[in-house]
Amino acid sequence: MNPYLERIYNGLIKENPSLVLMLGMCPTLAVTTSATNGFGMGVSTMAVLIVSNVIVSLLRKIIPDEVRLPAEIVIVASLVTIVELVTQAYIPALYSALGIFIPLIVVNCIILGRAEAYALKNPPLLSAFDGIGMGLGFTCALTVLGAVRELLGAGTVFGIRLLPESAGVGIFIKAPGAFLVLAFIVAIMNALQMKTRANEMVEGCDGCCASCSSSKNCDSKKEGQA
Amino acid sequence: MNLILIIVTTALVNNVVLSQFLGICSFLGVSRQVKTSASLGGAVIFVMTIASAVASLLYDFVLAPLDLDYLKTIVFILVIAALVQIVEMFLKKTSPAIYKALGIFLPLITTNCAVLGVALTNVQDEYNFIQSVFAGFGTAVGYTIAIVLLASIRESLDEEAVPAPFQGAPLVLLAATLMAIAFMGFSGLSL
Repeated sequence: MNPYLERIYNGLIKENPSLVLMLGMCPTLAVTTSATNGFGMGVSTMAVLIVSNVIVSLLRKIIPDEVRLPAEIVIVASLVTIVELVTQAYIPALYSALGIFIPLIVVNCIILGRAEAYALKNPPLLSAFDGIGMGLGFTCALTVLGAVRELLGAGTVFGIRLLPESAGVGIFIKAPGAFLVLAFIVAIMNALQMKTRANEMVEGCDGCCASCSSSKNCDSKKEGQA
Repeated sequence: MNLILIIVTTALVNNVVLSQFLGICSFLGVSRQVKTSASLGGAVIFVMTIASAVASLLYDFVLAPLDLDYLKTIVFILVIAALVQIVEMFLKKTSPAIYKALGIFLPLITTNCAVLGVALTNVQDEYNFIQSVFAGFGTAVGYTIAIVLLASIRESLDEEAVPAPFQGAPLVLLAATLMAIAFMGFSGLSL
């Protein structure tokens, strides 16, 4: 596969940051009270992620190894401040809905994780695509989670009414609903993955390659968590 | 009285993990055993109280007078990162016993969004220095309560037979769901 497309596939499906790697859980659970909020958070994070990946990748030969973490944090924090000011100025509704979680993009482990695990070792363009892939994966997960919670909790999706108002179960919009819906989405992802893995085993050599790449997958997963 | 109110509110009613969704990564990641989660909780109480104090002083005496409000995210995260380093070195020198118990968790706390979250919320709620310290302490106590409870649930879930897709993260999330429902009860305290 084309290496650029591969990065996008990787971020969207194989190493989906929220659903497979379980990174960046705080915004995933907190702001997904509606599909719109989840989408807004996903796009804000994606913007920071792409730019921070490119900058870290451009500076990867200049930043000394000992100070790379503080350097990355300063880069990310500056970008987050820009995003914060831009949303405050142009999308005030989103700014007030996401609240404290916009400045908290700084400590989203996805961003530092990708800088450490990918951008520090790869050229800028590939890193940009890695940011796009991971950002899309994050945005999709948040939008789906937000849509499900909004549908079950209020009967609407993106503000469009699909179920009568009386069908809404308020708890899905409150805190426990976030944990509950995410638990089921991750379980569904697990079940689907078990099925594909079982199919790969049958296909012989393709199965070996898949298992090789998945073991590499585990390594990068460990890196991401570290 | 007001200060007690702040502690009860931050620790129980607005529990940092179960209703504010801060510090979820470590809440889900480091809650396998009661003992380690209690140590992490101790480290968080320690760092969060100090971080709230320092952040509050910095904001009131440096950022606010100079009109540099927009720099608070960058300043706070750097202060927290530096603080964690200092605390780590200080503990290593002065009390090796505590360092041994908390040591490996200290670096983790830098990326615990709860610490930065509390510092930012304190500024948003216009808490003064004393109130910020109490809010930081109360929040950290709430975090410790939540993570120790989850760890004890997980310890007893270890040997249960669970459908394969629900093993691991989904099961932990379901346990957290039930805890969050229980903690919703505290919002009835209407303080």
